[in-house]
Amino acid sequence: MKVLVGVKRVVDPNVKVRVKADGSGVETANIKMAINPFCEIAVEQAVRMKEAGIVTEILVVTVGLPQCQETLRTAMAMGADRGILVETDVDVQPLAVAKVMKAIIAKENPQLVIMGKQAVDNDCNQTGQMVAALMGWPQATHISKVEPAGDHAEVTREVDGGLETLTIKLPAVVTADLRLNEPRYVTLPNIMKAKKKPLEVIKPDALGVDVTPRLTTLKVVEPAKRGSGVKLADVAELVNKLKNEAKVI
Amino acid sequence: MAILVIAEHDNKQLKTGTTNTIAAAAKLGADISVLVAGHQCAEAAAAAGKVPGVTKVLVADAAHYVVPLAENMAALVVSIADKFTHILAPATGFGKNFMPRVAALLDVAQISDISGIESADTFVRPIYAGNVLATVQSKDKIKVITVRITAFDPSTAAAGTAGSENVAVVADSGLTQFKGHELTKSARPELSAARVIVSGGRGMGSGENFKILEALADKLGAAVGASRAAVDSGFVTNDYQVGQTGKIVAPELYIAVGISGAIQHLAGMKDSKVIVAINKDAEAPIFSVANYWLVEDLFKAVPELTAAL
Repeated sequence: MKVLVGVKRVVDPNVKVRVKADGSGVETANIKMAINPFCEIAVEQAVRMKEAGIVTEILVVTVGLPQCQETLRTAMAMGADRGILVETDVDVQPLAVAKVMKAIIAKENPQLVIMGKQAVDNDCNQTGQMVAALMGWPQATHISKVEPAGDHAEVTREVDGGLETLTIKLPAVVTADLRLNEPRYVTLPNIMKAKKKPLEVIKPDALGVDVTPRLTTLKVVEPAKRGSGVKLADVAELVNKLKNEAKVI
Repeated sequence: MAILVIAEHDNKQLKTGTTNTIAAAAKLGADISVLVAGHQCAEAAAAAGKVPGVTKVLVADAAHYVVPLAENMAALVVSIADKFTHILAPATGFGKNFMPRVAALLDVAQISDISGIESADTFVRPIYAGNVLATVQSKDKIKVITVRITAFDPSTAAAGTAGSENVAVVADSGLTQFKGHELTKSARPELSAARVIVSGGRGMGSGENFKILEALADKLGAAVGASRAAVDSGFVTNDYQVGQTGKIVAPELYIAVGISGAIQHLAGMKDSKVIVAINKDAEAPIFSVANYWLVEDLFKAVPELTAAL
C-alpha cells in the first residue's frame, strides 16, 4: 500500500512568536523553524506501517517556500521514501493546500493519506478534512490508532469525552492526534541517507491549482495581558482570597 | 443575510457549546436557523427552539444521523447551504470534524475558532496557541465558521418559541461505519462546561496521584483536566487535555496543580476568570497568568486545600 503524508513547516513550537511592528503578521525572519509536531506524528505512523510490512512506499508532500525542502528532508530522514515540494511564495491557506494535495493524489494514487490534525501556527485544523471532501473519500480526524485491513481500516478517534471507533473504506484521509505514536529522533546516518532520496519541486500552476488566499488578514495583535497576580503564603490565605476577594467558592 | 447554526446534541439535550454558538450567531444580526441532525432527536429539536434568538429549527431525523459522522453531516449541511450566508458550528470535536468538509465542498475558506465578530465578513481568531489574535476578512459567498465557545456567553434573554420543520435527509454515504464509543465515565461536569476546573501536570508524578485532584474536584463540583505533559506521560487520557490542541476552557476558577505553564497549555486556559497555581518551582511560567499562587509541594498543599473547603 502506498501512503501519502502531508507535512508543514512551522515556527518551532518552543519559540515565542512576535507580532511584526506594522501588525501585518508574525515575525518569521531568522526564527527557528521545524516540522509541525502533528505532521511529525503522521510521518512516524507511515514509517511504522512500512516497517510492519503494511506500507510499500511513503511519499511526503509539502507546499510553500524553497526552504520547505528541509521539512521534506526531515521526513525522509525519519523514513519517507521520496518528497514533493509544491513551491510557492504565496501564504497558502488550507483550501489551497487541499487542492494541491488532490492534484498530487490524482497522479500518485495513494491508498491512504496521513496528515497532522492541525498546524500549530495557524491552528486551523482543516486541511485533512478538506482533502477528504475534495476526493469524496472517508475521513478520520484526531486518530490515536489506525489499522488497515484489506479494503478498509479500523480507526480510533479522540473525541470530546473519550474515544470513537470507526471502520473507514480505503482510500481515505486520516489526521494524527497526539497519542498515535511518539516520533523517533532522526540519526545522523539517516540524515545523510535522506539527502540522496528523490525530491521533486513543482509549481502549483503545473498542477493547475490556484493557490490565491481566500481570507485576507487585516491585522494581527498580541492579546491583552492578564493583570499580575499575587503569591500567597499558605493554603489558609488561598481559601480566604477565593472566598472573600475573588468570590468564586 | 441568513444564518445556519449546526447543533451539537445527544438526541435528547443540546451540548452547551450550541447555545454559545447561537449567541455568536446573534451578533451577526440576522435570522438564525438551527439544524438538528440526529435520530429520534425531537427532544433536542424542541430544546433548540427554546434558545433565545433562534428563528427556526430544521430537523433531519434518520438512523444514520444517530452519531454525527463527518461524511453524512457535511453532505446534509451542503444540501441546504444555498439558503444561507453564514454557517456556524462550535469549534469542539464535533464541529472541527465536519465543518472543513462543508467548506471544501462549497469551495469556500473556513474561518476556524473565531473569538470575535467585527462585521458580517470580518472575524477575530487566535493563532499561534492564542499568543496572537488575527483579524481576517472573508469575501466568500458563504462564510463557514467554527466558534470558540468560551468567547461567547449564552444569551440570558427569555426562552424562544421557534417552530420546527423537517428537511430532506441525504442518503448514508456508506464510506464510514460507526463501531462504538468508549467514553470516560465520570459523575463530574464536562471540561468544556465546568464552572471550576482542577488540572494536573507532570508534577503529579503518576496517574494514581490524580486521586488527590479528584478529591479536591469533588469538593468543588469541578471537572478534572490535565496538561499535555501529563497526557504524554500516560497519567490520564487525551480527553483530559487542556491546551492549544486539546480543549479550550474558560471557567470561573481554574486551579493548575504541578503544571509548569508551557505556552501550549496557557493557550487553553488563560481566559479563565480566576487562575490559581500550585507549584513548588518558584520560577514556573504558570505564575505569570495566575491571580493567586502558592510555591508549595502539591502533595502537601492539595490535601490541605481539600480539607479546608
